[in-house]
Amino acid sequence: MIQLIAFYLFATVVIASGTLTIMARNPVHSVLWLILAFFNGAGLMVLAGAEFIAMLLVIVYVGAVAVLFLFVVMMLDIDFSELRAGFIKNFPLGMLLAIVLFVELFVGLVARSAGHLVLGKADGSGAPLAGKSNIEAIGALLYSRYLFLFEAAGIVLLVAMIGAIVLTHRQRSDTRGQNVGRQIARRPDEATVNVKPEVGKGVTL
Amino acid sequence: MTALFQSMGLPFEAAWLVATVIGILLIAFPVMLGVALVIYADRKIWASMALRKGPNVVGPFGILQSFADGIKVFLQETIIPSAANKGLFLIAPILTFTVALLAWAVIPFDSWMILANINVGLLYVLAISSLGVYGTVIAGWSSNSKYPFFSAMRASAQMISYEVSIGFILICVVLWAGTFNLNDIVQAQKSHVWLINGYVANPLLFPMWVMFLISGMAETGRAPFDLTEAESELVAGYQTEYSSMAFALYWLGEYANVLLMCALNATLFFGGYLPPLDWAPLYYVPGLIWLLLKICFFFFIFSWVKATVPRYRYDQLMRLGWKVFLPVSLLWVVIISGYLMLTGHFA
Repeated sequence: MIQLIAFYLFATVVIASGTLTIMARNPVHSVLWLILAFFNGAGLMVLAGAEFIAMLLVIVYVGAVAVLFLFVVMMLDIDFSELRAGFIKNFPLGMLLAIVLFVELFVGLVARSAGHLVLGKADGSGAPLAGKSNIEAIGALLYSRYLFLFEAAGIVLLVAMIGAIVLTHRQRSDTRGQNVGRQIARRPDEATVNVKPEVGKGVTL
Repeated sequence: MTALFQSMGLPFEAAWLVATVIGILLIAFPVMLGVALVIYADRKIWASMALRKGPNVVGPFGILQSFADGIKVFLQETIIPSAANKGLFLIAPILTFTVALLAWAVIPFDSWMILANINVGLLYVLAISSLGVYGTVIAGWSSNSKYPFFSAMRASAQMISYEVSIGFILICVVLWAGTFNLNDIVQAQKSHVWLINGYVANPLLFPMWVMFLISGMAETGRAPFDLTEAESELVAGYQTEYSSMAFALYWLGEYANVLLMCALNATLFFGGYLPPLDWAPLYYVPGLIWLLLKICFFFFIFSWVKATVPRYRYDQLMRLGWKVFLPVSLLWVVIISGYLMLTGHFA
């Protein structure tokens, strides 16, 4: 009963906030609705028993990706009339995308009614480990059966990260950075001199 | 507790619901009370270090000062700036406060005193603490004012930076404990080094604790990392436009977060509800008392740092997070996993 109530609550909020993400006039509101959708999606994952995925969804998407998203959108200088100006031009493309997505959804529904997709192999190697927690089950699969795919994904991410750094990095000569080591290593006798200038002579430094 | 209500004749689901709600209240109210006392303690410690008296008028030794302040702000008018985004402006402080209370659900107060003893407890804490930034960011944006907006940008950059290194530090702890469950992590620390309960005595994990403490200060926006509310530059940062109860919710949320960080320090590195030494007579003292003592100890450190260390500059903050903590914690994950593999810890 409680699970059912929770499920319908999460599901309704996901769909409602998903719709509002598209409908909201203000991009910042859109991002906030998207965050709400992510969060409730995580709730659905918990209900399905995939607590590890749920936590990752919150940590990665809500905690990091969406913050950066919000960060960028907040700083946009939004001109609403300009936003609407492109509407007619992009309308056919948008409709095309919508039709493709709808057909995919339809195909999925039809395929589902034809019978469930059976995961895993006959020897049971694909099945979750009985009596193991989520993390252990995922770890056991990732680091044994899918080790090379996992490593490949890691390499792809590494390349993407290095690429992003290389593309955005620029050497700036006009900034004066702080060298903490040098500051700490500096002693009073290196930085100051004690002079007794004669009257009317002054000091050359 | 569920079993108790079941024995009183309630069906399982109703018993579970009642037990959980009572559990939530049993955590939320003491945390709120603790926050009020801790604000008083913070002011008192800060005053002593500045050779002042601190609050000493309301109640004996001024101990009721926080409650007097609470009643005062409660009776004030909530002012909403006309240019503000009204809905979000009001949601932001509520969000901060709620998130600050949420993470307490998984903290083990004793081996049996946990509201949600879940397998992904530590990840849950990480997930909730990553939500904390939204209260600040939404407040900064919806205030539609310059200083709060700067503060919001600082907050989002700061919290993301330090979350990365906190993640790696926690991985070191998880590697050693072999679990994400906070209760099991505490149990794994039992007589970890000779008789001492707690990972802090482990020379490999001690530097991680120091980094966790500092990252915790940055994550909660406490001095010396309180750039989000640096009064000399940003007035009061994201709180500038807030008044009355909305402002108080930020205060309560901030201190609840600080208390949570103290509790996490105690749980992850100082053996949580276990006594400091694995010596039988010490176990007669309830675990809750040990945890509270450890939280008080860490809160004193937080106040001490606040009273003595000058505020970091923004570029220094970023340098510490990305150029010092991130590489060191990453290296430490490799070192610790290498050491554990070498000694056959996972066998």
